[in-house]
Parts: sequence; C-alpha cells; structure tokens
Amino acid sequence: MRGGEAIIESLKNMGVKTIFGYPGGQTIPFYDMLYDADIDHILVRHEQCAAHAADGYARASGRVGVCLATSGPGATNLVTGIGTAYMDSSPIIAITGQVPTHLIGNDAFQEADIIGITMPIVKHSFQPKNPDLIPSMIKSSFEIASTGRPGPVLIDVPKEVQEGELTGFDDSLIDTPGYNPTIKGNLRQIKKANDLIKKSKKPMILAGAGVIISNACCELKELAETINAPVMTSLLGKGAFDETNELALGMLGMHGRKVSNDYINESDLLIAIGVRFSDRTTGRLDSFLPDTKVIHIDIDPAEIGKNVNVDLPIVGDAKNILSSLNKTLKGYAASDEVNNWTNMIKHKKEELNPRVSYDDVPLKPQTVIKEISEVLTPDSILTTDVGQNQMWAAHFFNTQKPRKFISSGGLGTMGFGFPSAIGAKVACPDDPVVSLNGDGGFLMVCQELATVREYDIPVIAIVLENRTLGMVYQWQSLLYNKRHSQTLLGSSPDFVKLAESFGVNAVRITKPGETKEALSGAIKDNEPVLLNVVIDSEEALPMLPPGAGINEMIGEYKLEKDVI
Amino acid sequence: MDSEYHIISTLVEDKPGVLQKVAGLFNRRGFNIDSITVGNSEVEGLSRMVITVRADKKGLEQVTKQLNKLVDVIKIKDITKSAVKRELCLVKVSIPNAKARAEIIQYSNIFRANILDVTEKTLIVELTGDKTKINAFISLVEGYGIKRIARTGLTAMSRGV
Repeated sequence: MRGGEAIIESLKNMGVKTIFGYPGGQTIPFYDMLYDADIDHILVRHEQCAAHAADGYARASGRVGVCLATSGPGATNLVTGIGTAYMDSSPIIAITGQVPTHLIGNDAFQEADIIGITMPIVKHSFQPKNPDLIPSMIKSSFEIASTGRPGPVLIDVPKEVQEGELTGFDDSLIDTPGYNPTIKGNLRQIKKANDLIKKSKKPMILAGAGVIISNACCELKELAETINAPVMTSLLGKGAFDETNELALGMLGMHGRKVSNDYINESDLLIAIGVRFSDRTTGRLDSFLPDTKVIHIDIDPAEIGKNVNVDLPIVGDAKNILSSLNKTLKGYAASDEVNNWTNMIKHKKEELNPRVSYDDVPLKPQTVIKEISEVLTPDSILTTDVGQNQMWAAHFFNTQKPRKFISSGGLGTMGFGFPSAIGAKVACPDDPVVSLNGDGGFLMVCQELATVREYDIPVIAIVLENRTLGMVYQWQSLLYNKRHSQTLLGSSPDFVKLAESFGVNAVRITKPGETKEALSGAIKDNEPVLLNVVIDSEEALPMLPPGAGINEMIGEYKLEKDVI
Repeated sequence: MDSEYHIISTLVEDKPGVLQKVAGLFNRRGFNIDSITVGNSEVEGLSRMVITVRADKKGLEQVTKQLNKLVDVIKIKDITKSAVKRELCLVKVSIPNAKARAEIIQYSNIFRANILDVTEKTLIVELTGDKTKINAFISLVEGYGIKRIARTGLTAMSRGV
C-alpha cells in the first residue's frame, strides 16, 4: 500500500464517503490512486469552496468534513475556509499536497509553508515525513478535530510520501499527552449553579453553538422549561432552541431581536451555554450585564472570563453538564416571581414582534425571508452568506432544529453561503437545502454553479440583488455621512443568464408571493436552481452601532402589530 | 491594570514548530516576550521552555489558557514567585591598556565570572546570575568599551519539591 492509498483507506475507516477537493501538481499521485478508489470526490471550482463545503458538511451532519488541495496556491486558497471553520469550531480535515521533502525550504515551484501559514487558525497540524505515519496521523486528526472544542486539522503530505510504500498499516492514535479536554462538569460547580438558579427571580438563558455541537438541545429545552426561563441565542446558537417555542426570544446582539437586547440587562441570572460572548453578541462590555450574575458553561476553559466576568464557571461538555444540572433540579418548580418575570418577557416578545409583512415592490427583504420560512420545513437547512442577508435571516427566520441554520459567524466570510450549502446537501441529501446570499458574496463563489450542475446537487441558491455591498453601505449611510465608498456594485451580471450558462435553472423574482411559489416549486423539482430576488435597498435595522451598549439599538424597529 | 514580569515554565513536546506556535501565540494575543529559553527536559521527547513576559493578571490568565489548548503543550506553570533564576551572559570587552585588563579581571573575580578568551585588545567574560547581577557587571565594564554582548535570557526553576 502506498501513502495516497493509505490516506484513502484511513478516510474510509473513519467513515468518510465524500471529499471535496481540487487537484494540482503535488497531489497527482494521490489523485491517481483516487481514480480506482470507492470514495466520492466532488471537484469544486475553487479550493476555498472545498473548505467551505467540508465545513457545511460538518455543521449540517456533526461529522468531520474533509477537503483536499494541492501545495502552494491550492493550499493558500484553503486558508479562508480553514479560518472560517476555526472561528466557528467546525471539525474539518484539510489535506494538502506538499513539494517533495528534499525540496522543502528551497522555494520550489508551488511551495508554501502551509503549516506555518495556518498555525494560528488550526487546532492542530501534521506533516507525515514517511508513509507509515499516515494512518495514525489521519486517525488522530479526526480525534482532535471532533472532540473537545472542535476545530480544523491540517495534514500536509509531501509528494514522495504519497507515493512511498508503507511497511505496515498501523493506525494507532498518536500519543498526545497535552490534549485532554474536560468533558464532565465539576459536580460542586453544578450544585452551585442549582443554588443560583433557585435564588434567581429573573433568570435568562443564552445558548450558543456549543449546545448544538454537543447535541444538548433536548437538555437545554428541559432546563428552560423546568426553570421557566426565556432563551436567547447567539447567531450560531440559532437552532439550539426551537425559536417557535414561547420561551424563545431569538437572537441577541448587534442585530438581535429587540426583546432580547432590551431585557437581558434586567435579568438577575444569565445561564450562558456554549457561547464565547463575542463583541457582536455583547455590545460594549461595561454596559453588558452590569447587575446580573453569570453562569458560564463551556468546554473551552479559555472562553471563561475572556470577555465577560463570570460568577460561576463550569468547564465541560454542555450535554453532560446540563443533564447533571437537570437532575439536581428534579421536582423544582419556578417561583411566582420567576413566572411573573417570564410572563412579562413573553408579553414584550409578542409586542415587539418584528414586522415581516409588506407588499412593496421592489420587494422588502423581510417579505422574502417570511416567504422562505413559510415554505421551509423544520428539517430544511438554511445557509447564509455574510452581511445584510445573514442578519435578515438571523433576525426574521425562526430556526426550529439544530444544524439547520448554517452561517459564518466568527470570521464573517463572504462567499460562505453557497459552498457551505453544497456540503450540507451532500451530508443531508434528504433535507431541502437553501442558501441565502447577497449579490456581492454570491459573485465570489458563483463558479460553484458548475459543481452543483455536474454532480446534480439540488441546492437552491437565493441571490438577493440590491446591487450594493449592503452591510458596509448601511454603515456608511449611518456612520460615515452617506459617503458610499466602493459599495455600489453598478453593473451586476444577469444572474438568471449566469446560472443558465452553467446549465442551472433560474428564476427572477420581483413581486411578493413569487419567492414562495418559486421556492416550493424548486424543492419539489429537487434540482439545483437559482432564485434571483430583486430587493429594495433596505437597512438591517435596528442595530447596535459600534461602541454602543446592548440595549442602545438605533434605527426604527417596525412591528408586525402595526401592520394595517 | 498593572502589568508585571512573569516567568512561565512550560513542558512541551520536542517537535518541529512548537517554538513557533508558542511564540506566535504570545504575539497574536498582544504580548511581547522578554526572553524565551528552550532545552531538553528530564523526560525524553519533551522540552522545557522558560518564558518571561510582561503581562497583567487577566492577560496572563488568557495567554496561559490559550497555551494550554495547544496540543503540543503538556504543562504550564507560573513560577514567578518561587523560582531561582539564572541567565548566562558573554561580554566581549575592549582593553584600552594593561591597567584596564587587570581591573576587568579583578571585577570578573568579584562577580565570579570566567575569562574565556584573551587577546591583545579584547577579553571575553562569561557571567552567570540573575538580571540585576548581569546588568551591574555590564554597567561596570561599559567604560572600557563593550564590543559584543550575548545573553541567553532567563531560565528558571521553582524551589523545593
């Protein structure tokens, strides 16, 4: 068995059925061996999209996603995707080709120190110096990528290592004495959490992606319902708690639901689970939870106290901790004070329900999101790009199940929406997958229309067309005296013709009702399709301007109840 | 918040790139490493790094936790309070005249330094001690003209068991 075959064999042993990749000079040996292998390879049209697709695959399924690129430019094109996965704790394995070992350091053709380049954005990296190391390194990569706080792992394989013969297939895990994530929560801390909860009169819960990653959504629901606490989520926490549940308030933060932002500081206890309190979630820190006690549950000790001072940290896996905590709360019933508080919040939530009904032409983005949510079943997956489209989706779309809302939160990577949808669809072929994009971000990755056509991946790409880089445009409007520097896209392509030139059907949508119709048709057809939705230039409001406190949102908040 | 010097002793796997990862992490989190020394530890395959860095309490806690997340890092300890500290310094001093030579040799004896190399015009002195001692010696011989200084940076070990 040769090195490349060992890669394929090891991937298969780890349950991998599909990899996303793009060949090049230093991966020719691997691709030659792949030719006869029974593992699917999806040829993307840009390496960055291979990484995003692997990421989407991982987020939709909870399994490790795998992407592959050649050395040098192939590897550096993966960097944005690796960084995106790193910031959002997504388990992907990136395999790169490397120039032969004897040429490393000689500035050989297509040589890049990809291990060095990616060091700050990977959980770990390996470079097998001989083929015998490959099985162990691949197995260990999966172990490291998927356990603890997940993250990307890079394996950089020199060309001659791909070609070299193994003396034996030994895939025992590499000894990593420095890697032992804490899973079980400290029981004394859990007891203290129980005490704080029982003392609290105005509890609230903030759930993040950690809840989804650890499959703790049922435990979270049990906790919230037991203690009758309203639940907010971070952007990536969407889906951790059914947003149609009456206790769900929706997202918190810069573009959060008003009820979340307005009332979080009034709580006397915040139970934060699997969140990292990013600046986009908290607003200015010194006016975030000034009088609220904070319980912070996270598997990564470095997140505790990093941004927000914590009264009670519990390090460990959310599922493990929440189920222990729920056990200690058996028989607990929320006090009248808590019930009054939660009833008040529920009432405010109804009152502050954001307006989504418009019949304007050009279309209001809110209407588009409303129509999307009317069509999508709870099992459908919605991926977003970054910018206004993302915030509209996060704000107006109710996500009901985990792993159904996929978005680049931490790195905020434009061009993530469409390729991540490809990965999600490959992972979950039975669930409808829709990606919501702006016209800016979609053009960064539109070449993947070729991929969805070639492999018949029935992803529905919605492109909201307002011919602006809307989020930056909006900031310029609100904060930079309307000086719209380089944010007007001017002549955009005809997205319908663009899609058709790839052999992908497309529909242009301009009026209310059309999105709903086209989308339900597309889901029925089970074909890749592009919906080009022309929208009004509209701001994603309200928002927290930079430096504002969590309850200092600006911009008019239009309410559904005011619709006549 | 007040920042002060901390000495952090870390046990790491002796693998390529580990020094780069550790140093890079300090840099990324906004800390300037004052000195870093690396060498074999008592365990085969593991190295010990002694890092001195100026940091406030919160910053140090964050960087320590981030270091702990590196797969290659096995153990980290802030040994600032309990440590014995030593640095090795080589100084090449000019010798303007014979009298100076005698004086420098005399100073070296007082500081328990060793003379490693003597020529007509220069002396190389090897000196071990903590920062203050080395700085004191350097300022003492500065008047004769210092040609070169090479310092190892601090290495340290906590006292007792």
